[in-house]
Amino acid sequence: MRDRLSRALPLLCVLAILIAVWFAGSVAMNWDQAQDLADEDATWSDIAQATLALDRPLLPTPDQVASEMIRSMFGYPPTSPRSLVFHAGVTAWAAIVGFGIALLAGMALAIGIVHVRTLDRALMPWLIASQAVPVLAIAPMVVVVLGNVGLTGVLPKALIAGWLSFFPVTTGLVKGLRSSDPMQRDLMRTYSATEAQVFAKLRWPAAMSFLFPSMKVAAPLALVGAIVAELPTGAQAGLGARLLTGSYYGQTPQIWAALFMAAFLAMLAVALVDLTQALAAYTRGGRL
Amino acid sequence: MTTLLLLGSLLTGGLVLALLARDDRPVFRIATPVVFGMLVLWLWQIVCTGYEVPLVLLPPPSAIAAAVVDHLPTLAADFRQTVLRAVIPGWAIGSGAGLLAAIALDASPFLRRGVLPLGSLVSAMPIVGIAPIMVMWFGFDWQSKAAVVVVMTFFPMLVNAAAGLGVTGAMEADLMRTYAAGYRQTLLKLRLPSALPFVFNALKLNATLALIGAIVAEFFGTPIVGMGFRISTQAARLNLDVVWAEIVMAALAGSISFALLALLERVVTFWHPSYH
Amino acid sequence: MSVWPNARAVPPEAPIPVFVDAPIRESVIQARGLGLTFATDGHRTVALTDVDLSIRKGEFVSLIGPSGCGKTTLLRLIADLQQASTGTLLVNGTTPAEARRQRAYGYVFQAPALYPWRSLERNVMLPLEVMGLPLAERKRRAARVLDLVGLADFRKRFPWQLSGGMQQRASIARALSFEPNLLLMDEPFGALDEITRDGLTLHLHQLWRRTGLTAVFVTHSVLEAVFLSTRIVVMSSRPGRVVAVIDSDLPAERDLDVRETSRFLAVAHAVRAALREGHGDA
Repeated sequence: MRDRLSRALPLLCVLAILIAVWFAGSVAMNWDQAQDLADEDATWSDIAQATLALDRPLLPTPDQVASEMIRSMFGYPPTSPRSLVFHAGVTAWAAIVGFGIALLAGMALAIGIVHVRTLDRALMPWLIASQAVPVLAIAPMVVVVLGNVGLTGVLPKALIAGWLSFFPVTTGLVKGLRSSDPMQRDLMRTYSATEAQVFAKLRWPAAMSFLFPSMKVAAPLALVGAIVAELPTGAQAGLGARLLTGSYYGQTPQIWAALFMAAFLAMLAVALVDLTQALAAYTRGGRL
Repeated sequence: MTTLLLLGSLLTGGLVLALLARDDRPVFRIATPVVFGMLVLWLWQIVCTGYEVPLVLLPPPSAIAAAVVDHLPTLAADFRQTVLRAVIPGWAIGSGAGLLAAIALDASPFLRRGVLPLGSLVSAMPIVGIAPIMVMWFGFDWQSKAAVVVVMTFFPMLVNAAAGLGVTGAMEADLMRTYAAGYRQTLLKLRLPSALPFVFNALKLNATLALIGAIVAEFFGTPIVGMGFRISTQAARLNLDVVWAEIVMAALAGSISFALLALLERVVTFWHPSYH
Repeated sequence: MSVWPNARAVPPEAPIPVFVDAPIRESVIQARGLGLTFATDGHRTVALTDVDLSIRKGEFVSLIGPSGCGKTTLLRLIADLQQASTGTLLVNGTTPAEARRQRAYGYVFQAPALYPWRSLERNVMLPLEVMGLPLAERKRRAARVLDLVGLADFRKRFPWQLSGGMQQRASIARALSFEPNLLLMDEPFGALDEITRDGLTLHLHQLWRRTGLTAVFVTHSVLEAVFLSTRIVVMSSRPGRVVAVIDSDLPAERDLDVRETSRFLAVAHAVRAALREGHGDA
């Protein structure tokens, strides 16, 4: 118990400091606007108080963001396009579908690369090189082109989300499938094990400890992909769309609320991967 | 006719690649992916021209090459706006600040325990989303994009550099103790050099993040120049050849900067076990 | 090919005074009732208890015993890398902390612990940099001490370009570069193969004779202990303590063949008997 407290204490301290700095930042950044809107005889403290309650602040206060979040999350039914939960769901769904595609494709390709030499030599260098390329830049084009072919809705967003998360999954899994100890592989040879048996009994279990960290990187990437995919078409739904409309209409609390919701979804994604990893580890005696 | 050519190319290409892949010599290890790339380009070309794929769907490589040549001035202007004005300064400032912050945190284990979990958490978040807020604070021009890049590159460097500063071996640290070396001496002579591989890891990661960040930030709104601006507006107008030209330029920029960093890394961290 | 391409015969008379003497004292190290107990997870572990030991100038003392007998702990207490919970410990007439600040000793670890980004020469210069010596002086001393261990030709090479034995020699050179009067070594040859060990053991002995250092040497190996030492301290575990102190009366001038003489075997036998006794008590 004491140990947990000593671990939580620094985090809480830093969070408290951050919130304090945020409030101070709000006062500082909203000062000019508050001063413009105030009466002639307003005092410093009047203006300071006003900075914390503007309609279109440059920097909304934590409580302003929190109340906007609560309002847009619980103030409307989840199916309403005015509900933040609705938009979060749209984005999350695209990210999940994309992530799923990436997992399947990534696993298939990784297995191919590890077992088929031609694929390894021809394709792997491109996979590694592609990590230096700004893949997200193709998002608008994909969305527009697919839209013209008649494919709208979840699919283009999922494709972009999947495209982004595909690379870490594949490279991580290739590394993992190759990570088995050469001594272990030699042992399998002495058993005259087939390739399939070696894969199922040795390579795949050994790859798990590489797969989960890759998934931890890939899941938030899928989310980013889904959000960015919502930008080009001036999309109607999703967190990316919310960010966009918020910025067009100067609704700062709305922007911040959408941002925090996106951050929360990212945390949730990572936590889910952690949970899956813990479950997998549990079935293998607690260690991956 | 086209189908015949397609199948024939696939077969021969596949065979050639399989043959190339058998050889382990360095020449062949480079040749195989290169030949693969050329095969993809060739197949792309004949599919697009042979089946008369509409340009608004997928332009062939020849059209893209023509677009690069035709629109060179525009491409150059976009490059200047995005890469030179937003990406490079943002990357330098963000990475530098992250490194300094990691060194500052090093002095206080308490703060480190509080800040690092937050840092790795923030690294996982869609930070690109702060672009509209940065526009509100810094205006439409390159400053807001550079600000997005600074925030995006700060946290990966912070987390990586902090990890690097923490890997010092117990023996090496004891050694400094036997010399009665102070904190500053130990930091400069031991811990910073051993953190360099981690720092370079973050620098390379940040190079990619910076480029993506600047381009995507421009999707949120920008004056009439910039790679992200060009891509989103031209895509909406279905001028896909220009879009592809920009993407090619982005890919080149990303690859070259990555290669340069990898080269610098080799020179500076020549001593790392991964090189021998 | 000889392990020691540059090994020289040690002149029997006047040992080359390479090192400046510390003020001559009766004892370089003096421990009385020394003990270390620490608590982890609610258990109290007695690492070391009731150690009385005097080490005089110029001696070569080995600490030998099974794992957990506290020999490394004792060495680290002398080096002020850990602090004792009971008893007194004097190094060079002052506290271990003060001795450390005065850079009274050189420490050699189980692994070379050389910095891979520094050449051998710069590795050896590391303590001299920390102490703020000027560049010319640093280079001079580094050259001298690398010559002493036979690595002068390799001074521009990097640690990972050299064998384990050469790296450990460099580590010893580094420990000597600032001319301490005390050399503390924690199983320095433990990670090396036997052939390399033999060469290094002989070399260390010759080094000790040339420089007149006081040495404390932690080891697992009875052969090493008997070959190198003037005195052998046998320790045992649970709790870590001194079981016996055995004087070695082998001739000052030795080579590896001395290991087959009857005098050597007698001392080795005594050490083994003490080890068994210590083990039996546990």
